Amino acid sequence: MTTTEQNIDQKLFPILEQVSDPEIPVLSIMEMGVVRSAVIQNNIVKVQITPTYSGCPAMDVIGDDIKKALKENGYNSEVELILAPAWTTDWITPKGRKALEDYGIAAPLDTEADKAVLLNGKRMVKCTNCSSQNTRLVSQFGSTACKAQFQCDDCQEPFDYFKCLK
Amino acid sequence: MKNNLYKYILGIADNSLILGQRMGSLTGHGPSLETDIACTNISLDLFGQVRSYYQYAAKIAGDNRTEDDIAMLRKEREYLNVLLVEQPNTDFAYIIARQFLFDVYHFMFLTELQKSHDVTLSAIATKSIKEVSYHQRFSSDWIKRLGDGTELSKAKMQEAINGLWTYTDELFHQTEADKAMVAQSIGVDVTKLKEGYYEVVNTILNESTLEVPESKWFQKGGKVGIHTEHLGYLLSDLQFMQRTYPNMDW
Repeated sequence: MTTTEQNIDQKLFPILEQVSDPEIPVLSIMEMGVVRSAVIQNNIVKVQITPTYSGCPAMDVIGDDIKKALKENGYNSEVELILAPAWTTDWITPKGRKALEDYGIAAPLDTEADKAVLLNGKRMVKCTNCSSQNTRLVSQFGSTACKAQFQCDDCQEPFDYFKCLK
Repeated sequence: MKNNLYKYILGIADNSLILGQRMGSLTGHGPSLETDIACTNISLDLFGQVRSYYQYAAKIAGDNRTEDDIAMLRKEREYLNVLLVEQPNTDFAYIIARQFLFDVYHFMFLTELQKSHDVTLSAIATKSIKEVSYHQRFSSDWIKRLGDGTELSKAKMQEAINGLWTYTDELFHQTEADKAMVAQSIGVDVTKLKEGYYEVVNTILNESTLEVPESKWFQKGGKVGIHTEHLGYLLSDLQFMQRTYPNMDW
């Protein structure tokens, strides 16, 4: 129950990769790291997903979307929500981080830098518009629970920063 | 055992439900867009945690009840939240003071609950504590900003802290279910959190140039279902749809 390894059947990979996070459509749930296991047992695909935040309203939709995508590919499936081990931003893949940045959401920094930025007002988060690090925290909570609001003091762009969660 | 565990879970979860409802009712009423979003994000986190707890409680009850039944269809006396979280959204200072006084406790409580021998409770705690650390940062920041702010903001913040102080001691009272669960290494011994709690709270109040209230008279009752009058009004709002249109779904 508490393994941090993913256990995903390679055959299912391309199917699951097509399912995206409804609130961040550029990011697939695989890049997000929310799928912890997907295995075929007696012709049924058993998928385990873990929420980014407890109250993430996207989880029900993600579960339905996974079932739909698998059905279209001829699989019946069961989706289970698991809480342990708890999701961390480390599970976002490099490709996922790039997709976030391209979409206008700054990817999470490491824990120390994240603290410096959110607690001590350090200017380190790169603006998603002009790449300047002359940015400041506007609010620790953004458009969704997983993000904080920032603004760039060079180009004035307001943008979201994906908070580090460990 | 089963009944004690069930009650124990409700005792934890009801705090999050009721505080979540209070914070959620600020939607569109926050003092600024950013704070509005922050308060409702906190509410969302709390509701998310509540769902995990109630789903587990429903499973333990073993009858046909669901997480929604537990949330929506109990009577006032059956809610086991502490009095602190049901106190009304008097003004922004009260909202922040209530949140702060609960967050400090909540973080310490979850830190210990992670060590529970019950794997589900431990998993929920490990998940939730990451979110609660943000709540505590948010409320502590505002305590400092308002406490060490203008003459007016300081006066309001002090009044809120003084007004809510009487509800803090109850956080450390043990119920029968608590004692039974502590004995089995499932529950957290809240009596042991008290000293550390007041240390953290007092430090932040001092940093905020606020005075630590001296009153030693404390209210209690919520944990055993005896509530202040505010809970009834809150529940009539929270339960309205399910009471008016039983079993409605969407």
